[in-house]
Amino acid sequence: MELRKSYFADQRKDGLHEIGQGRPRLDSPGHVTGKTAYFADRNFPGMLHLKMVRSPHHHARIRSIDISEAEKHPGVMKILTARDVPHNVYTILILIQIGPEDETVLADGKVRWKGEAVVAVLAETERAAQEAAAKVKVDYEVLPAVFDMEEALKPGAPLVNEYHGQNHYLYDSGECRKVRFGDVEAGFAEADHILEQTYQSSPIEHAPTETTGCVVAPEGNDRFTCYTNTQAMFFTLDNASIILQMPGSKLHFVGGTVGGGFGGKVDVIVEPIAILGAKFTGRPVCFIYSREEEMQISSPRAAEKVVIKDGVMKDGRIVARKVTGYTDAGAYSRHSPYGAQKGAAHYPGPYTIPNVWIDTYCVYTNRTPSSAMRGFGVTIGDFALEVQMDKLARLIGMDPLEFRFINAYRDGDMKAHRQPTEGAALIECMQEASRAANWPVAEKYMAMSSYRKGG
Amino acid sequence: MVKVPVQFTLNGSEKAELIDSGATLLHALRDKIGDTSPKGGCHQGTCGACSVIIDGELRLSCLTLAETCNGAVIRTTAGLAEGGVLHPLQRAFLDAFATQCGFCTPGMIMAAKVLLDRTPNPSREEVVEALSGNICRCTGYEPIIQAVLTAARANSQNVA
Ligand code: FES
Ligand code: FES
Repeated sequence: MELRKSYFADQRKDGLHEIGQGRPRLDSPGHVTGKTAYFADRNFPGMLHLKMVRSPHHHARIRSIDISEAEKHPGVMKILTARDVPHNVYTILILIQIGPEDETVLADGKVRWKGEAVVAVLAETERAAQEAAAKVKVDYEVLPAVFDMEEALKPGAPLVNEYHGQNHYLYDSGECRKVRFGDVEAGFAEADHILEQTYQSSPIEHAPTETTGCVVAPEGNDRFTCYTNTQAMFFTLDNASIILQMPGSKLHFVGGTVGGGFGGKVDVIVEPIAILGAKFTGRPVCFIYSREEEMQISSPRAAEKVVIKDGVMKDGRIVARKVTGYTDAGAYSRHSPYGAQKGAAHYPGPYTIPNVWIDTYCVYTNRTPSSAMRGFGVTIGDFALEVQMDKLARLIGMDPLEFRFINAYRDGDMKAHRQPTEGAALIECMQEASRAANWPVAEKYMAMSSYRKGG
Repeated sequence: MVKVPVQFTLNGSEKAELIDSGATLLHALRDKIGDTSPKGGCHQGTCGACSVIIDGELRLSCLTLAETCNGAVIRTTAGLAEGGVLHPLQRAFLDAFATQCGFCTPGMIMAAKVLLDRTPNPSREEVVEALSGNICRCTGYEPIIQAVLTAARANSQNVA
């Protein structure tokens, strides 16, 4: 690939010698010889296996839990319930002051999604743990559930998560994240055309080849080493420390090698409970999701719904954009309030639009909690926005790429968040793309520059 | 639990183990013998991460009972490099950026080896077909296919 040195020559440092060079991955020799050690490649004598008893209901009150039969099952060493967890209600982002704590490590009094962990069984073998888990008796009173975001936001909808008190996350800006710029209604009034479209996505499972899990080894002196495939080492260490009410100095986390993740391994689900099991039994513990659990229990990318209304002029200028975004967090927050917030920042797109109005909601439903995944909060939004851009171009009979040149933000433009654009380079990227894709655009667009002075 | 004695040759050395009857070869290799190069991705025969070579055939060790392997000759990726020199397939995977997280890699390499042992100069379609039982979620299949084709070329040059 050729490195174009003519662009932004006065802004760019020269002497770059890595771009365009192939560099072997440092961990590749281990991968091709089978020597790379993933967490499950650590095996300790006397290791116990942990299996979860999971909720078969989307929403239910727990009347009682009876572990007496399960405890008698041969090979069972310990059964953990909510009352064994020192700080049972947590939320991952509390570390950056995003609360309230809204999720239980083991269900306490209620389950809010099908698959929620209720009881943890530790046994000598995987099979014994599974058989004993089947003997745990949980008496549920099934409650009405809600699976649709707009239903969840209606008055009188079943309340999913009492820790929030309503079925949406409460930001400091109110029930949603908001962007207000210019006067969107005035923009629509002057527009030649208005196009309102709704875009919707389903949850998407990451499906890493290596399933989520960890192996914990007690080191004596009340210290524990946890081999894990987390993608968020310090979130996991610090949250484990809160959940277990143990100083971080007692917890030694070993990670780094992750057998695929894509964001799906940033939640703190397996480590705290496995460490707790090791603490109670004094034995090493392995907690690893089966493939079935990985597909059904691990957090997916959130389902999203995006309503975009644009006002456009015949000459191609977008003069108003109104977006309402909904992110389906499922039953618990995890990373979703942040995902919805990213959406609010993203919906103006890389375009200069004088009138913008955006609301994004993080909504709770009785579905599997969603969380991080590759650009979560913006990827579905980008899909929706760019499909919308193509539709707008078609509406006014303009080439879709030329339409983007007209609206692309350029250096010095004020963005809807009141941050002036700097170093945009979008025009230059589109010019390169037009050449590479053999998609010709009119000469005047090829003569444009992200520097306003360049035309 | 009934224990059964199992003997086989693993990457050239004799192994004798007492294994729980009904245990998989994947379990025996990883947890008893300590060869963790075959990976467990699904334990249900769909991902190929646990692939090994038994008597020249590509097999899923998660679906193979250890006790059926008496007297077998088993190869895994851990035993592929000879005298510290990488096998051409390993070299090609390394050079072609055909590993990302690496979890699928040992299984991929086993599947590719069985192909090249039988078809030293495969077509692209034959490579695709041979790897079709192995799932990779990270790398994308194109670099992997290219690595196998490159290894095949390197092989035929050595022979020539
Ligand atoms: S673990 Fe054997 S095919 Fe997936
Ligand atoms: S490199 Fe991650 S699964 Fe293939």
